[in-house]
Amino acid sequence: MATAPTTAEAAGFPWGPRALIRRVRSGDELARLTTLVFALVVVLLAVMLVEQLWTNSAEARHRFGLAFLWSSTWDPVFNQFGALPFVYGTLVTSALGLLIAVPLGLGAAIFLAELAPRSLSDNLTFLIDLLAAVPSVIYGLLGVFILVPLMRTEIQPALKRALGFTVLFQGPLYGIGSLTAGLVLAVMIVPFIISVSREVLLAVPGDQREAALALGATRWEATWKAVVPYARTGIMGSIFLALARALGETMAVTMVIGNNPRISASLFAPGYSIAAVLANEFSEATGNLYLSALIELGLVLFLLTFVLNGLARLLILLTTSRGSVVQT
Amino acid sequence: MRKVLGFALLAVLTATPTWAQNINAAGATFPYPIYSKWFDEYHKAHPSVQINYQSIGSGGGIRQLLDKTVDFGASDGPMADEQLQQAGFKILHFPTVLGGAVPSYNIPGVSAELKFTPEALAAIFLGKASKWNDPAISGPNPGVKLPAEDIVVVHRSDGSGTTYIWTDYLSKVSEEWRTKVGKNTSVNWPVGLGGKGNEGVAGLIKQTPYSIGYVELIYAVQNNLPYGSLKNASGEFVKASLASVSAAAAGAAKSMPDDFRVSITDPPGKEAYPISSFTWLLIPGQIQDAGKRSAIKDFLAWMLTSGQQFCEPLAYAKLPKEVAAKEQKAVALIQ
Amino acid sequence: MNLRMLWRKSVNVLMLSLTGLCALVAISLLFFILGYLAYHGGKDVNWDFFTKLPKPVGETGGGMANAIVGSGKLLLLAALFGVPVGLLGGMYLAEFGGRAVPFVVRYTADLLNGVPSIVIGIFAYAVVVMPVHHFSSLAGGFALGVMMIPIVLRSTEEFLHAVPRSMREGAMALGASKWRTISSVVLPAASRGILTAALLALARVAGETAPLLFTAFGNRFWSPGWSQPIASLPVMIFTYAVGPYEDWHRQAWAAGLVLLGLVLVTNIVVRTLLSRGTSPPRS
Repeated sequence: MATAPTTAEAAGFPWGPRALIRRVRSGDELARLTTLVFALVVVLLAVMLVEQLWTNSAEARHRFGLAFLWSSTWDPVFNQFGALPFVYGTLVTSALGLLIAVPLGLGAAIFLAELAPRSLSDNLTFLIDLLAAVPSVIYGLLGVFILVPLMRTEIQPALKRALGFTVLFQGPLYGIGSLTAGLVLAVMIVPFIISVSREVLLAVPGDQREAALALGATRWEATWKAVVPYARTGIMGSIFLALARALGETMAVTMVIGNNPRISASLFAPGYSIAAVLANEFSEATGNLYLSALIELGLVLFLLTFVLNGLARLLILLTTSRGSVVQT
Repeated sequence: MRKVLGFALLAVLTATPTWAQNINAAGATFPYPIYSKWFDEYHKAHPSVQINYQSIGSGGGIRQLLDKTVDFGASDGPMADEQLQQAGFKILHFPTVLGGAVPSYNIPGVSAELKFTPEALAAIFLGKASKWNDPAISGPNPGVKLPAEDIVVVHRSDGSGTTYIWTDYLSKVSEEWRTKVGKNTSVNWPVGLGGKGNEGVAGLIKQTPYSIGYVELIYAVQNNLPYGSLKNASGEFVKASLASVSAAAAGAAKSMPDDFRVSITDPPGKEAYPISSFTWLLIPGQIQDAGKRSAIKDFLAWMLTSGQQFCEPLAYAKLPKEVAAKEQKAVALIQ
Repeated sequence: MNLRMLWRKSVNVLMLSLTGLCALVAISLLFFILGYLAYHGGKDVNWDFFTKLPKPVGETGGGMANAIVGSGKLLLLAALFGVPVGLLGGMYLAEFGGRAVPFVVRYTADLLNGVPSIVIGIFAYAVVVMPVHHFSSLAGGFALGVMMIPIVLRSTEEFLHAVPRSMREGAMALGASKWRTISSVVLPAASRGILTAALLALARVAGETAPLLFTAFGNRFWSPGWSQPIASLPVMIFTYAVGPYEDWHRQAWAAGLVLLGLVLVTNIVVRTLLSRGTSPPRS
């Protein structure tokens, strides 16, 4: 990262009345104020967003209190609303996504950072970045027409035969359901894990690796026992970042999750995620309490991703800055 | 804060010219095929009027009308009294066509047309009959070899008038359904997969073997999905068709209330299809914009007369003559 | 001892090839997606698709001309809102900021960047659609613009920081004011980077569906002006994909191919340009 000369003092402006006049005359003060206003627009938008979610969910918050979070009934007829099935569905699908994406992504990142020659690695990373740019609705399209039939006719029957004795793989084979949604999410978050983990691994100082190799470690041992532990915090960061993305993912999940607010142990069963219920029901909630409950769900989702994002950035910052400190 | 932003945007948008009468509407997916045909035909006959109808579901139609984000709404379930009071402005119901919700299924290897009793239907949607060879289903279907496969129930995930009709019927025929689930545009489904819109449910049935769901007749017809006949109040098994749906409305047509809000599910009559319904346009009683007002009134008059010819090719039953005549008078009340 | 060495060596080879396999799987996903869309959508990307309006539901034929133009209009609005705010805000962070304000701005920008797109949609519904009682292009453009701001802001800041200090000092030594220096030396030097960042941000929001569902809504016809509901490619793909009609599926594939093509081509061109530039900063 480039460390730049910061702000006024570095640019060589003295403070004082004469300098102030000069700055106003030269348009500097005007430019500073104008750009400041635009910078503050960003803060204003974020504040408004939180304010909107908070005030518009007031009715549901007062009616249900914190019990909203662990009540599992979602019944618009009798005006009973609880977030649990959606929180559950969101967490289960995201966890499934991570379970598949983390080993895959980490493996690929290790290959790109440690094994592949630099030019090949850069080219492949370029392709990975393209994968990250594929719109969510495209994943949904492929999910509906390719993955769902494949799940129903091949993957789910096989899983049921092999692991049907556990509660996780029982019940009718819909094709659609939590497992399918988790798979789609895995594909969607893999590029993020790869590109962030690769950056973090590349930031690990070379002597870590060389020291291990000098002690007679194989290439793999040096990577796994010296380099990866060193980058551990940053890799965790990339995982949190991917998780935050998975939690908020809307379209692809909506199209394959089955949209049923019921908690079932089986991964074959249809579920529902917070983002999916918002996409389906937000513009159509007839009652005010119903609408307010949906907005409260939005608030819950916002808070979840907010906390995870914060944590992720902190972790990445910790490793990359430690890396660069050791290097210099 | 949000007002300021809103007005700033409004200032920009008022500066842009509009060359046509643009009317926005949203709601039911049940009549979407006929509505999109109507709005298309009407636009051809009156190029200056463009009615954009988005099929987001009846619940959405009601919600967006209450929020005044659309010029009019559409629903297959009449609005409830408290919703009408909540609105703060007068809302008129205009029946447009009649349709039927059919139990449509996808059972590989079964080509016969299934017969459903009300009890069987309630058991399936309550999750009590979970295999296709359940006696409740196979009982009325001797000679059909039903597989021992799990039933995949498909229902709506959005606020839906088709759901309203379906649950209205189930509430009438099953006490357990009435107390456990009830009727509304969205309910707390005991089992099943959710699809968005009649389109989404039909799509899911088509793609999912051993599934059953409810869709408006035309969606089953257009997509070659098999659908079963139902045992009506007189004990006859009747399949949804133009005639059987019209027969269901015969009683209601004679005693139509002034606000047109009427349920015709589970009607008397030997030929009547039991899950039939009118579908309504929800029009504000007062429309400020004179251009929009006259366009909407003109469209309603057209729909009640020449528009009706497009119904039958799309498997919707025409409005009974008495009802159409009564509506013509109501159109004049829009101010 | 030798056995142990052999074991370690085989683990080494096995694990290293596994990592290679992981990379191969990830890369082939991209080609699979591209190939499948090209195969399924390719034959239906025809003249009608680009020039016709959608047909009434259930009838075959028609195209997505209105959705293509609609997506264009929405992106134009998003850029008009997102780029100036992001650019000038980023300029403040890089050139004028003190300590406290930039910290807060950076922090909220990162926060905004992580907000799920569906929540941005709710926000836009609440602040734009509700007050004026209109679904509109403006509401959709606003939602997409909000999503662009943090990306443009942070990359502008980074590209400005990357301009060598010597260039500023040169301008200053000639007696130019700070603003002069920025506008005529620093900004042009960073302009290519900022432009590519803005384009990448645009490509990202071009595929967004969730924020448009209840802001831009949808339209079967052309959407005149800016205050009417408007069709967009991503929303059309969603509606057509979940629907039951074969003809809709066909068009959804075609639209998917067109959308993916636009997004990927923008990405490829922009990233290639970027990598040829003078040492872009890594984020």
